Formats: sequence, C-alpha cells, structure tokens
Amino acid sequence: MSNDIKKVRTLKISILRFDPHDPEDFPHMETFEIEEAIGMTLFVALNEIREHHDNSLKFDFVCRAGICGSCSMLVNGRPTLACRTLTAKLDEHFTLAPLPLFELIGDLSIYTGKWMRGLNERLETWIHEKENELNVDKLEERMEPSLADEIYELDRCVECGCCVAGCGTIQMKPDFVGAVGLNKIARYHLDPRDKRSDEDYYELVGDEDGVFGCMTLLGCEDVCPKDLPLQSKIAYLRRMMIKTALKN
Amino acid sequence: MKIIYTDVLIIGGGLAGLRVATGVKERGHDAVILTLVPPKRSHSAAAQGGMQASLANCAMGEGDNEDVHFSDTIKGSDWGADQDVARMFVHCAPKAIRELAHWGVPWSRVHKGEHTSIINAKKVTITEKEEAHGLITARDFGGTKKWRTCYTSDGTGHSMLYAMDNKAHEDKVEIHERLEAVALIHENGRCYGAVARNLMNGELVAYVAKATTIATGGYGRIYSVSTNAIICQGTGQALALETGVATLGNMEAIQFHPTAIVPVGILTTEGCRGDGGLLLDKDGYRFMPDYEPEKKELASRDVVSRRMTEHMRKGKGVKSRYGDHLWLDITILGRKHIEKNLREVKEICENFLGIDPAVDWIPVRPTQHYSMGGIRTKYTGESQTLQGLYSAGEAACWDMHGFNRLGGNSVSETVVAGMLVAEYISDYLDSEESAISIHTSNVEKFIKREQEKIDALLSKENGEDAYVLRRRMEEIMMEKVGIFRNGKDLQESVTELEELLKRSKNIEVFRSKSRAANPALVNAYRTQKMLKIALTVAYGALLRTESRGAHSREDFPKRDDANWLKRSITTWKDENDTMPTMDYEKIEIESMELPPGFRGYGKDLTQHHKDTKVRQDKVDKIKEELEAKGATRFEIQDALMPYLEKLPKKYRGINERLGENV
Repeated sequence: MSNDIKKVRTLKISILRFDPHDPEDFPHMETFEIEEAIGMTLFVALNEIREHHDNSLKFDFVCRAGICGSCSMLVNGRPTLACRTLTAKLDEHFTLAPLPLFELIGDLSIYTGKWMRGLNERLETWIHEKENELNVDKLEERMEPSLADEIYELDRCVECGCCVAGCGTIQMKPDFVGAVGLNKIARYHLDPRDKRSDEDYYELVGDEDGVFGCMTLLGCEDVCPKDLPLQSKIAYLRRMMIKTALKN
Repeated sequence: MKIIYTDVLIIGGGLAGLRVATGVKERGHDAVILTLVPPKRSHSAAAQGGMQASLANCAMGEGDNEDVHFSDTIKGSDWGADQDVARMFVHCAPKAIRELAHWGVPWSRVHKGEHTSIINAKKVTITEKEEAHGLITARDFGGTKKWRTCYTSDGTGHSMLYAMDNKAHEDKVEIHERLEAVALIHENGRCYGAVARNLMNGELVAYVAKATTIATGGYGRIYSVSTNAIICQGTGQALALETGVATLGNMEAIQFHPTAIVPVGILTTEGCRGDGGLLLDKDGYRFMPDYEPEKKELASRDVVSRRMTEHMRKGKGVKSRYGDHLWLDITILGRKHIEKNLREVKEICENFLGIDPAVDWIPVRPTQHYSMGGIRTKYTGESQTLQGLYSAGEAACWDMHGFNRLGGNSVSETVVAGMLVAEYISDYLDSEESAISIHTSNVEKFIKREQEKIDALLSKENGEDAYVLRRRMEEIMMEKVGIFRNGKDLQESVTELEELLKRSKNIEVFRSKSRAANPALVNAYRTQKMLKIALTVAYGALLRTESRGAHSREDFPKRDDANWLKRSITTWKDENDTMPTMDYEKIEIESMELPPGFRGYGKDLTQHHKDTKVRQDKVDKIKEELEAKGATRFEIQDALMPYLEKLPKKYRGINERLGENV
C-alpha cells in the first residue's frame, strides 16, 4: 500500500547561532537541510550537521541517553533534552536555540555547570552531619525503605536547567533559586541524615529569592524531563516555611 | 604563560577523580580537578544497575563475604586480575558503600517480610529477616554467587555521582570545568602535571603538581557503537602513552555488554536480567539455558555476549535494517517492578524506541561497554614507570578486572580505588620524595609544543579530514577487533590503523579556524590520540594468541596459561613511531590465593601452567591444616596471600555484617 511507503523527509533545522569569541559575529538564524533517518534523534541530526555541513557548530552532548542532562536546549522554543528528542515527533521544519539565562559558550552550547555549581554552593546541597563520625567498618545506619525511595525520587534531578529556562520568576529575579534549587532543599529536608533544622532551611530559602518568590506559573513542572513532582514539593516547602516563620 | 600550582592535579571529574580529590583534601593537601564537562555529567552517571559490596543484608545475599566476592571477581577476570588488588578491593567495597550512604546516597533498602521475585522465569517468594530491615539491599547480577549488587533503583551511578560531587563541593575542591588536558609535563621519569586547553576560550594553561592523577574513564568510543558517553575517547590513556615513559596494560581487554538497545547502543542495565529478565531469539525462544544450563542469562558478561553472537550466527537473530538483534524480555517482571526498579530502562525504551517495556520486548545486541585495560599502575595507583603519575577507575589497569569485569564491579572500583589511591598519594605528598623542582622554562616548552601542534592543525592546507579517519577507525575496531577475533582480521586492522595514524599527522581543520571553542579542532587532536589507542588495542589483540575472558580468538580458542598468563604492557617509545611497543608482565602463580582453574562456562579448554598444580596442592594443604586447627577464614586467607599490610591503616578494619563480627 502506498501509505506504508513513507516519503523520507528532508528536515529543515533552523539554529540560532552566535560565537561570542568572534567580534564580527552576531546572533543569527541558520537553516540546515538534512535527510531524516529512522529513529533519528537531535543528537544524530546535529552531529550529522557538524560532520557534513558545518564543523564549527557548537552543542553539548555527553551520555546521549537522557541521563546526564548536558544537552538541554530550546526545541521550537520549549526547553528539553535534545538527545532523546526524536525528529519523527517534530514537524519538517523546526528551530533550535540555546537555553536562555545561562552563559553562552557558542551556538547551542551553554555553561550550565557554573550556574549549578553556584546554586549547590549557595544551598549547601550536601549532608550536614557533624555529630556522628562515620566508622566505615560498622553496619550502615538504617533507613525506612519507603523513605529511601522517596529521597531517590527527588534525587533524580539531572541539573539540566530546563526548569530554569521555563521559569517566569527567574526572568524578573535573577537570584531566584528556581525549581532545581527548591527541589534540592526538599530532598535534603526529607533526608534524616541531614541534620539541618527547619530554621536553617528557612535561612536558605525562606525569602523572595527562595520559595516565596515563586509565582506558581509552574512552567518548571511542564518541562522537567525527569517528571519530578516540582509543584507539590514547592507547595510543601511553602507550608513548611510558613510554619517555621510563625513558630519564630 | 599561565601556570597554576597545586599539590594534586586530577584529570577527570567522575566518581574516581572526585573520590581521590576529597581523600587528599581530607589529608590536608590541595587538589584541582580538570574536567571536560561538569562532574555531574560524567559517564559515571550512566552506571545504572548497581555497585557490588558484600554486605549480605538481603536474604539472597546471606552468607556473602569478601571471600565469595573475591572468588567471583577472580573467576570473572579469567585469572587475569591482580589478586592482591582484588583482595584490597573486596575488603574495602563495604566501607566505600557505607561511606557513600553517610554522604547521602539513598541506597534501596531491605524490607522485612515476604516479597516475590522472578528467578529463572518463575515467581518465587523470598522472606527478608526482621533484623535486616532498613539496611542496604542488593540484586542479582551476572557471574556472582550471591545477590551482592547494591543499587538505588536503576540510577545507581547517578545517585553516587551526585553524592560524591556534593561532597566535593562541601570540601571546597577546586574544579576547573571544560578544561582538557592535552599533554603531561614530565622529565627524567617524573611527572609534573599537565598542559590543559580551555575548551571555551582556547587558552593553554600549565598545571604543575607534585602528583597527577588520570581518572578519565575508558576508551569505548574508538568503536562505532558503544554504550559509553561520547567523551570516553581514551584521551587519558593517550596522555600517559604519549609520554613514552608511562605504560598501558591489557589494552586488548574490551568488554561487550549483552544488552544495549538497537540501533543506538544505549545500555539497558544487567539489572534487567538480574531481576529476572530473559533473552529470546527470533522465535521467542529462550536460548541461554541451552548454552549455559547453570547460569543461563546470568553467566558472566563476556560469556553471554559470545553466546548471543553465536546464536545470531546460527540465523536465530531478528532481522532489522540495522542488522540482527535479539530480544530482552522484562515483561514478566510486571509494570510495578519496572516502574520502581527499572525506570531509567523504561524511559530509555519510551524515548529511543517508542516502546513500553512492560508490554513489549526490547531489541538488544552485544555492544562495546567497558575497557578493562588502561594506565598500568602499582597497587598504589602509581604508574610503574613514571613517578608522580597516578590513575584510578576505568582509566587505570590497576588490575582488578583482568580480562573480564563483573557487572557492578566498575562503579565499586571507582570509589574504592579513589579512596585508596587518595591515601597513597597523600602518603607520597607527606614524604620528601614528592618534592619537585622544575624550571618554568621547561614548563613553557611543553605549552609551546602543544601550541605548535594546534597551530599546525589550523594552518595545514590540503590535509586529511579528521572525521573520515575517525569513522574508518571506528568501523575497523567494530568489524575486526570485536567480540570474536581472528589473526587475519586483526592483522588487517593493525595494518590499516597504522596507515590511518600516518595520515592523521596530516590532519587539517577545515573552515572552522577559531582558536576558542572549536569542536572541529577538538575532534582533530583527539582523533590523533584515539588512533594510537586503537592501535594498542588491535595490536595487543593480534599478538595475544589465546582466548581469555573478553578476548576471544577463534583461531586460538584455548586459555593458554602456559604461555599467556601475563599482562600486555604497551608503550609508545618515540613520538615518530607509527606502532606501539609491546612487552609482557608475568602473572605469578606461586603467590595466588586462587590458582587458575575452570570458570565453569562451556567446555574447559584451559591449557594449564605447570605451576598451577603445585600451587593448588599447596593452597589445599594450608587450608586443610588450618581448618583442622579451627582457624578463622581471615587466618586462612592471611596464610594463603597476606595483603592487609598493603592497605592504608585506616581501612584495615574487619567489616561488620549481620551475624558476623558485630
């Protein structure tokens, strides 16, 4: 049947390009045409462009399996992981642009690492436990199995930055910690190994740059590639912070 | 000229590199990590299924201990591993996992009472002990006698890496991102650091350090299809090789993982089979029990990969436009189990195949996965030949994997090697021996040399296209240096790779001439390095006329202990050489705790060494005598092969388990 023999599509991929190291360059769109292949992802498509059309095209892939969070970009204006985006799910002509708000390295390559490191340092995203010195020879501390699962659920964040790019608040408040930051606080707050008190957490995010800055537009939850429960965790943190504020 | 001074330079920000950094920091030394990508994006994150540590908490892990883990690891290695190192490793794995639990990894836990599990395609009920409730649990993996692989769902590497990187933040480890080491600085057999290129602005910087550690992972990307992240290109091994002084070990030992999805080669964890998943052929027939009646789908990785290939060669593969494949069936595990314990697998199936693994079978075939070979080191992690150069994790040939690594032993190795090597480096730094004096003009020479290489690549005209050379190399490795190998193909691969290497000296970076961020330039210099690494693999495989572990020669099917119980050692003597220099290091039988034997797969084709029987008799006698005297397993072990003295004092303690040493 003629319906079965699908015509191979020629994809028109328009990419927002700019090399900040080239004083003569300016941000502009450039369109590449490539033949689509079965099972083609944006990882495959962009590498084909780099290898056969323009070897200066900059982008970031590492695991190319949706695990590491390196390749977030705007696909038709929406933040997502490029490596696991199948071209078959897109129209023939689509656009790619770097994730906004992060420092641009060039073309689709952005410096998320610096931003995330700053966030982690600011929120001290590590277990605060100074009381009990660990003896590595002894049985590990016990944890309720369901609690371990719950912590892992929030630990699944890959710091891709999609929630930051999809956030309305951060456009107005550049110091806003974003859903990525609030999720981390929820994760450590849940973890009994972290001995920080509610007051300590309040100090970190009990303000306009933290949980009270969120305008509840929830773009973050819409675009999170790991489907983290960002909405309910932000709501939970808010209740917790209000309680802490009232207590004091 | 920019020079940055530090105590320890660490190249690579994955689990091994981060663990070395936090370890030396704790001992009061300064450390700088150079990394191509933010540490949390390292390939360690892709380890799904788990980390082996003989905690023996879950019911199916009962009776497990260091001895069982040791025996599994040595058999898995096909007796290629260094037994001292393997002992040190199994002793420290429980400590490493408990440390990680303390630092925040949400390890999946034992739940007391009954639960059902799938074993050999049948539903069975397992009862977990009350007293184990809340301790770290484990799942089954290939080639292990006990359920020993600890996990967090199937995001184990991710959660370990995040905890480790966060710990590095806490310890204020300096991390220089998007900095690529391009050459080691060394003179007179001493390493002094590295020249690194900033991948964002192109600047060359010299890092001068008393100790330099390479923790850059494996070299899987010399193959066209690999489960490895695209940054696993073997450039760390190449840095060592290009000194002409440091050596590489067992480069031909390459592991193929049985279950990567077709065509893209993304891994689905061994946990799929560990949890009860089956391998099926084009007729939906479960073929593994025919080949390996005892271990079936859970035979060692090298064995399963070969059996799958054999079965496909018999015409039992499923035909597809991307070549033949087989099926991985995890539907029998049920949706609930898949969505809780195999969720990365589920996401991968949905996103890359458009299928639901709770309903559909997954198309899989064996794919390049792990590099057992790497920078040859002593048990301290230090290069045997270049003082001050260390290596840890997959980058190294330490050598605890020999010719085949067990699933779950890689992430485990990264953190164990990291914690141990950090101590040995710290001891070294505390000694006078580590003092350095190198004239800055010599450092400058190294920077200048790298600058000239880059200039040449950018200014060359009518040269070669790096992509063409690289793609050809990848094809050759895939077709001729794969799961089954033979002399004819290997000879052809070596000849052609040498030709490609010669051509690579003439690479031209077309059009893209920027000195700052420039992917074409990066590809050019990495291709030159990768070709050298590919040659060490192919040449090592050609010369090794036996089959051992993952190195399987169709023309030499026997494991030949009489002639080949030795490690391949590779150097690159002169930068103008077009071939590596091969040498061998004998693996001594007389000091082995577990003398060479039969791994228990297929037919026993081993050609034994004359010393094996002598040693086996001696081992048996010592065991018998001590057992008669009522000696403990620790005393017996110590009499057979003492190793504790080699460990840093702080890690010599006996591990507690439920019902043992508590």
